[in-house]
Amino acid sequence: MAATKRGLAVLFGSTIGAKTVMAVTGLALILFLLTHMGGNLLIYFGPDVFNAYAKSLKSAGGGGLVWVARGGLLAMFATHVAMAFKLQLRNRAARPLGYAYEATVEASWASRYMILTGLLVLAFVVLHLAHYTVGVFNPDYLTWHDAEGRHDAYRMVVTAFSHPLVALSYVVAMVVLALHLVHGFQSLFRSLGNSHEQAREALSKASLGLALALAFGFCLAPVGVLLGWIQPVEVTQPAPGK
Amino acid sequence: MNLTLKVWRQPSKSAEGSIQTYEAKDVSPDMSFLEMIDVVNDTLMEQGQEPIAFEHDCREGICGACSMVINGVAHGPNKATTTCQLYMRHFKSGETIYIEPWRAAAFPVLKDLIVDRSAFDRIQQAGGYISINTGCAPDAHTTQVEKDAADAAMSAAECIGCGACVAACKNASAMLFVAAKVSHLGLLPHGQAERKTRVLGMVEQMDDEGFGACTNYGECEAVCPKSISTRYISRLNRDYLTASISSEI
Ligand code: HEM
Ligand code: FES
Repeated sequence: MAATKRGLAVLFGSTIGAKTVMAVTGLALILFLLTHMGGNLLIYFGPDVFNAYAKSLKSAGGGGLVWVARGGLLAMFATHVAMAFKLQLRNRAARPLGYAYEATVEASWASRYMILTGLLVLAFVVLHLAHYTVGVFNPDYLTWHDAEGRHDAYRMVVTAFSHPLVALSYVVAMVVLALHLVHGFQSLFRSLGNSHEQAREALSKASLGLALALAFGFCLAPVGVLLGWIQPVEVTQPAPGK
Repeated sequence: MNLTLKVWRQPSKSAEGSIQTYEAKDVSPDMSFLEMIDVVNDTLMEQGQEPIAFEHDCREGICGACSMVINGVAHGPNKATTTCQLYMRHFKSGETIYIEPWRAAAFPVLKDLIVDRSAFDRIQQAGGYISINTGCAPDAHTTQVEKDAADAAMSAAECIGCGACVAACKNASAMLFVAAKVSHLGLLPHGQAERKTRVLGMVEQMDDEGFGACTNYGECEAVCPKSISTRYISRLNRDYLTASISSEI
C-alpha cells in the first residue's frame, strides 16, 4: 500500500504535481507579464526614456543577463505548455465517451477553454517574438538607431502599431490573455493549496482585476499609437547642432 | 404527467450502447425519480422487454448508489439531492429527459445506467487503516478534538462515495472524493499517525485508476449531494505536496 512516489517523481509524475508545476510556472509568467507591461508603458515618456530602458535590458550584466532571463522565461513557458498538453491528454482519456446531453452547472467559460486560450497565447507569443525580437516581418526594425546610437525601439513600436490591423491583433491577443488569467490566477492558488474561504473569494475577485489590468495595460501601447497619444518622432537624424 | 425518456441502454460491459426512447405515461408528481423508472420498467416487463438497469439501495439519500446523469447533471437538477430524493414535481409534463450513466474511463458501464465504481474502493483501500485502540469504548474525552476540526472533518465525512463529482467534472477527476476521504481522517487527531502514507497512497491509486486532473471548474461541488466544498481539494493539494517532500527523519 505504501506509495512509491516522492519528491520530483511527484511533481512531474502525479496529477497534483503536474498542476503544481502549472501553477508555479503560471505565476512566474504572470510576474514577468507585470514587469513587461510596466516597461512597455515607459513608451508614454517618449523615445529617450523608452530606448534607454530597452538598452538597459539588453546590456544588463554586460549583455549576459538578458540571455539568463530569456532562458528562464523559455524554461517556464515550455514547462507550462508541456504540462498543459500532458494534462489535457490525460483529462481527455479520462472520459472517452461524453454525454449525449451536455450541461454545465458552475464552470466558467474561461475555465473550460484554458487549452484554447493557452494555445492562442502561444501563437501570439511566437508571432510577437518574430515581430519585435527577431524582426521577421520587417528586418529593418532591428537596424534602426536613435541619435544616441541605441536601437530605436520607440520608432519600431510606433511604426508597427500605426498599422491598425497590427494594433488590433495585439488588442485581440490581450483579450485572450485576460480570459486565460481570469480563471488561471484564482486557480493557481487553489492548486497550491489555499483552502481559506475568504482568501479564495478575495482572490477570485482579484483574478478579474489582474486579468483586466494586464490586458488594459498592454493595450495602452497599441491603442495609444492608433489614437495618436503616442506620436512618431524623427530620431534617426542627429539633432541639429550636435 | 407524461414524459419522454431518452435512456442509455447497454446490455453488458463489452456490448455497444445507444440512447433509446421511452414514453412514461401518467407519472405522479409525488413519485421519486427512481419510482418513475420503476413504473416504466413494469411496463417494459409486461411488454416482454428488458427493464432499465439502475443501481439503488437506501432510497433515502445516504448510500450513494442511485447514480445517473439527468439532463446532463449528475443526480438531476436539484442541488444537494440524490436521484432517489428527486421528485417528479421538479419536471414539467411533456418534457424530454435524458438519462445517462456516469461517464468516466475509471467507471466502466456494466449495464445500462450501472457503472463499476470499485475504483473508489481501491482508493479507499490504498488509504489504509488508522492506528487506534479498539476494545472497550474509551472515555469520550480521551482524545480532545477541537470543535472547528470536528466540524470540518464531519463535513468531509458526509461523502457517500456516489461518484457524482467524477461524473460532473469535465476532466472526470476524482479529486473531490479523494479530498473528502483524505480530510475526514486527516483533520482529526486520530488520523495523524498515518496521515502522510494515507494521502500519498490514495492519490497514487487515484492516478493509477485513470481519473483526470483538477482544473478547479467547481462542477463537483455544485452537484455533490452533500455539498462538499472544493476547499477540501485545495487542502488535499497541500497535504499531498507536504507529504511528498517530507522524509522519515
Ligand atoms: C503568458 C502566458 C501564460 C500565463 C501567464 C499562464 C498562466 C496560467 C495560470 C496561472 C494557470 C492556472 C494554473 C492552475 O490552475 O493552477 C494556467 C493554466 C493553464 N494554462 Fe496557462 N498561462 C500562459 C500560457 C499558456 C500557454 C501558452 C498554454 C498553451 C497550451 C497554456 C495552457 C494552460 C492550460 C491548458 C491550463 C489549465 C490547466 C488545467 O488546470 O487543466 N497556458 N495558465
Ligand atoms: S439510493 Fe441510496 S442515495 Fe439514492
